[in-house]
This record gives sequence, C-alpha cells and structure tokens, in this order.
Amino acid sequence: MKRLEPLIFEISKPGRKAYSLPALEVEKKPLSEYLPAQELRTTPAELPEVSEVDLVRHFTRLSQLNHGVDIGFYPLGSCTMKYNPKINEEVANLPGFTDIHPYAPEETVQGALQLMYELQEYLAEIAGMDKVSLQPAAGAHGELTGIHIIRAYHESRNDHARTKILIPDSAHGTNPASGVLAGFQVVQIPSDKRGGVDIEALEKVMDETVAGLMLTNPNTLGLFDENIEKIQEIVHSKGGLLYYDGANANAIMGIARPGDMGFDVLHFNLHKTFSTPHGGGGPGAGPVAVKKELAQFLPVPVVEFDGEKYYLNYDIPNSIGRMKSFYGNFLVMVKAYAYIRSLGPDGLRKASEDAVLNANYLLRRITEYYDLPYDRHCKHEFVVTPQRIKKETGIHTMDISKRLLDYGVHPPTNYFPLIVDEAIMVEPTETESKDALDYFADALIAIAKEAYSNPEMLKGAPHTTVVGRLDEAGAAKNPKLRWQKGT
Amino acid sequence: MTYPANLKYTQTHEYAKVEGNKAYFGITHYAQDQLGDIVFVELPEVGKEVKAGEIFATVESVKAVSDCYAPVSGKVVEVNENLTDSPDLLNKDPHGEGWICAVEIADPSELDKLMDVAAYEKHVAEGGGHH
Amino acid sequence: MDYRPNTPKDREEMLKTIGVQSIEELFSDIPPALRFKGDMKLPPALSEFEVSKLLRELAGKNTAQDLVIFAGAGAYDHYVPAVVRHVLGRSEFYTAYTPYQPEVSQAVLQSIFEYQTMICELTGMDAANASMYDGASAAAESVTIAAGLTRRSVALVSRTVHPETRIVTETYAKGHGITVKEVPFENGVTSVKELENLLSGDVACVVIQQPNFFGNIEPVDEISKKVQEAGATLIVQVNPLSLGVLRPPAEYGAEIVVGEGQALGNPLAFGGPYLGILAVKNKYLRRMPGRLVGETVDNRGQRGFVLTLQTREQHIRRERATSNICSNEALNALAATVYLTWLGKEGIRELAEHCVVKAHYLAERISGLKGYELAWSTPFFNEFAVKCPVDPEKIVKSLVSKKILAGYPLGRAYPELKDHLLIAVTEKRTKKEMDDLLAGLEGLA
Repeated sequence: MKRLEPLIFEISKPGRKAYSLPALEVEKKPLSEYLPAQELRTTPAELPEVSEVDLVRHFTRLSQLNHGVDIGFYPLGSCTMKYNPKINEEVANLPGFTDIHPYAPEETVQGALQLMYELQEYLAEIAGMDKVSLQPAAGAHGELTGIHIIRAYHESRNDHARTKILIPDSAHGTNPASGVLAGFQVVQIPSDKRGGVDIEALEKVMDETVAGLMLTNPNTLGLFDENIEKIQEIVHSKGGLLYYDGANANAIMGIARPGDMGFDVLHFNLHKTFSTPHGGGGPGAGPVAVKKELAQFLPVPVVEFDGEKYYLNYDIPNSIGRMKSFYGNFLVMVKAYAYIRSLGPDGLRKASEDAVLNANYLLRRITEYYDLPYDRHCKHEFVVTPQRIKKETGIHTMDISKRLLDYGVHPPTNYFPLIVDEAIMVEPTETESKDALDYFADALIAIAKEAYSNPEMLKGAPHTTVVGRLDEAGAAKNPKLRWQKGT
Repeated sequence: MTYPANLKYTQTHEYAKVEGNKAYFGITHYAQDQLGDIVFVELPEVGKEVKAGEIFATVESVKAVSDCYAPVSGKVVEVNENLTDSPDLLNKDPHGEGWICAVEIADPSELDKLMDVAAYEKHVAEGGGHH
Repeated sequence: MDYRPNTPKDREEMLKTIGVQSIEELFSDIPPALRFKGDMKLPPALSEFEVSKLLRELAGKNTAQDLVIFAGAGAYDHYVPAVVRHVLGRSEFYTAYTPYQPEVSQAVLQSIFEYQTMICELTGMDAANASMYDGASAAAESVTIAAGLTRRSVALVSRTVHPETRIVTETYAKGHGITVKEVPFENGVTSVKELENLLSGDVACVVIQQPNFFGNIEPVDEISKKVQEAGATLIVQVNPLSLGVLRPPAEYGAEIVVGEGQALGNPLAFGGPYLGILAVKNKYLRRMPGRLVGETVDNRGQRGFVLTLQTREQHIRRERATSNICSNEALNALAATVYLTWLGKEGIRELAEHCVVKAHYLAERISGLKGYELAWSTPFFNEFAVKCPVDPEKIVKSLVSKKILAGYPLGRAYPELKDHLLIAVTEKRTKKEMDDLLAGLEGLA
C-alpha cells in the first residue's frame, strides 16, 4: 500500500548521520585562522540529520509515488516519452565518462571528444544540415541559441531592420518566449483550415522587418505542413531565415530532413527523439544544427577533428558567445550516441515509422467518441477534443485526464495547443505495443461512457492515487515554497 | 447576475465607477467568472498615468493571465491593497470590494464612449465578444 | 537493436484499422521532393553487446579518469556517495517528466520541495527554483530578473566571476539590450574602488562570486554597501558547499543567489549535466524563471505538492514569460537533495572544513617551494592561484605523465595571469597525493 511520505526534515533527529569523510591527515587549526571571522557561518543550515537507511527508505518510498515510463504508458504529447534503453544508462555511468574533468588536457579526453564529434556528425546527417553545436542543455535553450544565431547573421550583414520573429499560433510556449529573450518582437501567424500555417497571412506579414520564422514540422497538432516548400520560399525571398523546432522530430527520422525542407537552423531534443530519459524534468540536451553559412556564428567551442586528434575549437570569430559553461550535457550525449549506434540508419527510420503508425492507429480507435479538429493522417502525435462529451455531459478534458490516472496511465498533454478547445494531445511513441495502445484506447472509451453514466464520479477522479485533486489555487494564492522548522 | 446601473462598462469587461473626478476601475462579474479562481493581481503604481484602452493591471488565475484595459485615461491615485492578500475579493465581490484602482479622470468625455448597463448586459448575453 | 514491440502481425492489423495499405501511405502528405531517399549515412545498427563494447572503448580512451585531480575552476572532484547513484537509478524518478499531473508525481514534487528548502537554508534566500541549466545560465538569467525589477539596463560583473559565466551573461544580455561591464580586480578580489567608479543610476545589478573564481574571499560587506547605496541588486554566485562554513549571502545583503550545484553529488562528467541554483528574496519571486513547487492540500485534506506560480512560465505567458526555460536539471537537483541529506547539518560543515584545511596545507607547502609563490595573500576557501616559474600549461602537460591533473592554467582566461596556476583541493585528496604534486612541481622549477 502506497502511503504519503513525511518530509526528510520531519524524520530528522539530532545526532544521526549518514556521511563519512576520508581522514584529514594534516594539521587542523581553528577555522578563523584560515578565513576572516566575520565571513564564517554562525548558524548551521537546517539540513536533515538521518542515517543511511533512513535516507534510502525515504527516497525509495517517495519514488513509489511517481509514474514513469518504466511503470506504464506515458503518452504526453510533444514530449516523446519513449522507453529509455538501460544500456544507455549503464554506459553513461562508466568512470571513463563520469570521472573526467572538463579542463583535463585534450589528449586525455580523446574518447569523449570523439564521441561528441561523431554525435555532431550523426545529428547533422539526420537533420540534413552542415554543422552542429552540442552546447545547449534543453530544447528551449537550443531555440534561444538558434535565434541568437539568426540575429547575429542579420547583424553581420548590417541588416538592423529585422526586429520581428514569426511564430504560428499552434507553437510551443517556448518559441515566443525564446524569440523575446533573444530581443525580437513576436508576431503570431494563424493556422489555416488544415492545421498548417496560413499562407496568405504569412505573405502579408513577411517583409524586410522580419528576421525569421520558427516552425515545428510536424506541428503541435501532429500534422505535417504540406506547404513547407511554399513557406520557405516566402520567408527566404524576403531575406528571412527558417528555424526548425525539433520537438517533433520523432516523426521524420530518415523520412524527411529539415535541411532539405529549407530550414537554416534547428535544434533536436536528445531527451525526446534520441531516447535519453527526462529525469523528472531534466537534464535534457538541445543540440543546434545549422547550414554552412551560419557555422561562423555557433557558440564556442565546437569539437573538431584534424585527421589525427579531436580538439575543442574556440576560434570562431563571429560566434554568438556561449550559452552554457563547458561543452553541454555530456552524459546525455553519451546516451543519445549509444541510441543512434544501436538503431543505425534503418532502425531510426523504422522508429519514426512505428511512431506514426502507433499514433494513427490510436487515433482511429477513439474517434468514435472523441472529435478530431483536423481529419487527416497524423504523424507521431495527434490532438482530439471531447467536444460532444463536454456539450452533452459537462465533462472536461481535465476530468478525463484525472480519470485516466485510475486506469494506471499517464494522461496526455492537456489544453494544448491553445487553438483547439479542450485539447487532448496524444503521443504514443514507437516503443509502445499494440496491446498498450488498445488498453489506453479502451480506457478512453470507457471514460467517455462514464461521462454519460456517472459524471460525478469523473469530476471526483482520481480515486485510486495516493493524493486526490490538489488545491492549486490555494498553492498559488499563498505560496509555501519551503519547509520551516517548527511548523 | 445583475450588473450595477451606476457603472460604465468596456467591451473587454472592465468597469469604471465614477465618484466626483475619480473613477474606480475593476473587472466585471462576467470577467471573473471566465477566469475562475483569481490568485494574484498585479496592481499599478500610484502616480502612474494610464491611457484609455491601455493595460492598467493584470489578474492571474492558476493557469491564465489576463490583462485589464483602462476604461478611461487618468492618473492612478489609489490602489486596492487588500487584493494583495485577498485576490479572491475579485471573485467574491468584483463590483464592490474587488475594485482594483482609482484614477483621477483626465478627460470626462471619454466616459461617453463606455457602455451603460443595458448595453453591457446585451454584450454579455451575446457571448461577451469572444470565447 | 531497436526497441519496437510491435510484431508484423500487429502492424498488419493496425493498418487495417486505420484503413491504409501501408505505413508509407501515412506519409503521403510530405511533398515527394522532400522525401529522403535511401539510407542516412550513419554507422549500421549494433547489438547491445557491441554498443556496450564500443562505449567502453571510447570511455577507456579517456585517460583523464585516472588522474588525481587538482583542477577546479568551476568543476570540483568531490566524492559522490553510493546512495546518490542508487536513488538516481530509481526509474520512477529518471523516467518521469515535469510533474504536470501532481496526483502521480508526488515523488518528484516533494523531492523538489525538499531541495528548495535546503537551498533556502544554505543561502538565506526566501525561495529557490527547481533548477537552471548550470551556474552560468543561472547567473545570466538572474541579471534579467534584476534588470526587469529595477528597470535599469547595465549589469556590472566582477572579473573574478568565472570567465565562462561572464561570457554566458554577456551572450544572454545581448538579447534584451542590457550592457554588461566588467569590474577589475585587485589582490585577487573585486576592486571596491573600481566598482564605486562604475556604479551609477543605470546599474541594475552587480554580480560577484563568493568564493570567487580564484578561490578568494571577496570583501562582501564593502561591496554590498556600495551596491545598496546605488540602489542596485547584489547577485552572488556561490559554491554551495562553501556555505557549510561561510555565512549565507542573505546576511550581507545579497538579494539573488545563483550557483553551480555540481559539487553537490554530481560527477565531473566532462562538464555536464550540472545544476544551476537560483534563489531569491521574496520581492523577486514573481520574476523568477523556472519551476517552483508549493505545498497545498488535496480534496481529502491531505498535504500534497504542486507546481505553482506557473503564470510566470512560457507555457502560459508565452512571449511575456519571465524566461523560456522548460526542461531543466531536475535529476541533478535530486542528486543535490540526496547528497545534502547524506551530509546533513554536521556533515556539510565538516566537509567544507576538510577542504579548507587541506587546501591551506597544500598552499603553504607550495609557497615554500623554490620559484613558486601564492599569487595573493587574500584568504581563500579550497582553491588558490600560484605564480609559477615555468609555463603552467607545461606543468599541467608534464604532470599528466605522473597521473596528476595539476590545476587550471589561468592564462587561458586572464592574459595578465599567464604564469599562474589555479589549484583546488577537495576532501578526496590525500596527503600523499598532495606531496606527489609538490614533488612534481619542485621537479619542474
């Protein structure tokens, strides 16, 4: 039976300890002989005092309160919660990767640099681009890097009039936020009737004040933008650049390449497409790939190979600078590298094929009960809406999602994209079997029926989780963001 | 829900309650109902000049942020500090205790551009202009 | 090797349900000219054993793993206890994502709440977020917070702040019209006189590092006084472990504390993933980037934890969000939480003390070597700069053959310190290892 776990501070007891330190061996003087007395801490930080067994039990029991990909289906749209192969975890824990200092001389880290160099090459090939930086730590970090590169490109041409960045209304929130963080004004482009970029609207706003367009393709509706050739022509003809948000790249590996579609800059999410785990929120990695002309703006350093040895190249005169210290989330790169080597070119393509097959199958299994705003074949994910259910029973997406928890699966992404009312965004990924999809489809259908037979029960869901619906308004009104001693 | 007759209303669901040369700004019952539980209000600074149609405050629910547009122009002379601790006043009593700020009216003729209660009730009945 | 569970028969049935003949048909909306033909130029698929062997070979080429490490410079060789890897290996933690559904995410949420509490305890701040990418990006975003609140557009960053943090801060600042100016140093710490000259009414914030990049203890009271007089925000970048013995930055007027959390249970890992710490005083709370976890109650009256104050974030506020951050370094924050639990109230002080004592032993001995001297007489924590009689790059290269990573040559980032080597000592270094380094240095003089 799962039970709530006290806070680690609440099981603390003075005098208990879990740590041990190596012998000091050298003479120790009072601390004030080393450091100025006024700089010394007078009140110790209230960290918990527990034994090792207390620690292990606390975090083990706590862990049991969480859903994860290893426990069950996790069809969180646009997050690509695919299975995280265990060999990747194992090799990323090798001391030859974990115990190397970032400033160790290059000749002592040739294995790490080789891995990074080859990963750069692999990602460039998958993207259809020329040059890669592995520095960004996450998708949004990659976006920001890419938009800085676009800004640097225009500035290098003395083109200072470009103050805007175009973003479709179906885009992830990170896109407009990244655009602004890089100094641009965001202009939203509406979607057309088939869920793609509205070409007329794009033509109307695209001019010499626009630096570029950020696009996810397939987009957040899971739909491939059929007009991509036209789109790139419109943007490029007015001197703008195209940014590809690789959040949905799991649909296209070996099938279509952003570079061939006309994109100039992109990021991949190694924690989505390339199977590295999401870590409860991170770490991920968001490598950026660019066309040849933009390589001069990449952040420093980039890994190069001179035919004999691998090295870090800091000599990029027009570089935007740095987005992060050191070279990026290296251990995440190790996992993605292992994944690409495991699957090979054929395996990657098949992964995308099955991701798309799974999504389309699931979609067709549930459309009798859930409405499809754009009736097309989807790619690796799709968006449905419980319009009829809502109208006839008053049940919302939120209720359906909470009830799914009682069926032991993680709900899809809710209320996104914003252009679909009550959106339910489902991404099954290729690592789920037909059986898992059938179980999920059956659950969604059963819930649709429950909406009519027992709506009150749905509104009270979940019923089987360790906590019920939580008071989020209360949490926001009166933020309690830390434990306090004596409360 | 009835809307007070002594208020002037905007298309975007703010109101102005005129008292002498001052106007109290707030959001309407309809607006608070659309937002749900309001958890935070970003108040303007006293002394700030606001122009009619410009943002004078933002109100937040758990998962939405909504801008409030000034019904008329003026200088902010008073803000409702009670909202800092009790943002739910906006839900409980939007037309009374839940007022947001008061301005010194710059141009009384702007009041004529606002809706009276009958026009506003019709606006709400027609769906409130969006959603 | 791949990880697709569907059988050919499954696929056949699925295609039938969809109503198409082949998977290929599902891609018919991609313009033919854009379809990629043939195989990508990637090495062929491998079995799990072959992958394991290949990665072991690559790892084996990293001879740096066998070095006794005296390099720090932002990445410190502390022992990572077994319990950290054990807890991080629980796949309930590592195969979850952002806790959007709190009813099935209490593990991640509660552990973040515990992390937030520990960071507040260490720094004296009111609120800590669930993590940033690393110390450098945390510093860069803290400048944005301060500029937003003060509505000023200049950030002063001390030259004693990590050089890479300064470059990241500058890169970020370009985006929103913030000018970054550097404050020179004197005797290995920020020059208060130069700071005073640079402070003006348009300075939003001053960023310092304590202990600074050279390991030295900054004159924080003097700095803080000047910063406060100018109405600017004091941002302090910390090594969180130093706060076992050093006073919390809140005590000397810091309003935003950032830090590189690698030292808290995260391996060196060639530079990442690390942990960006960001904590603020209450007045900055609503300008904070990133996830925050808050305590609340459920509909059964039980305590529970949720993501809160989400209206700051990109998925709600979009172009007006406080930051674009979404994925962060949650698992590294969990490592820090487990590590700080392992150390506890006593352990963090004792560990920090060990680092101080060992570093001072080594520093004293090095200053006794012919030709070597300490760069400054300023107090330091566990890292110090040594002026060398030979090129530090040569020293590092040469001592690698003795399986020692002697330090970080400061000339890489400070041309004026090209004959200086930055040396760090952690609790892991034994007397023998330090004596070996001394012998090595002596032999090169």
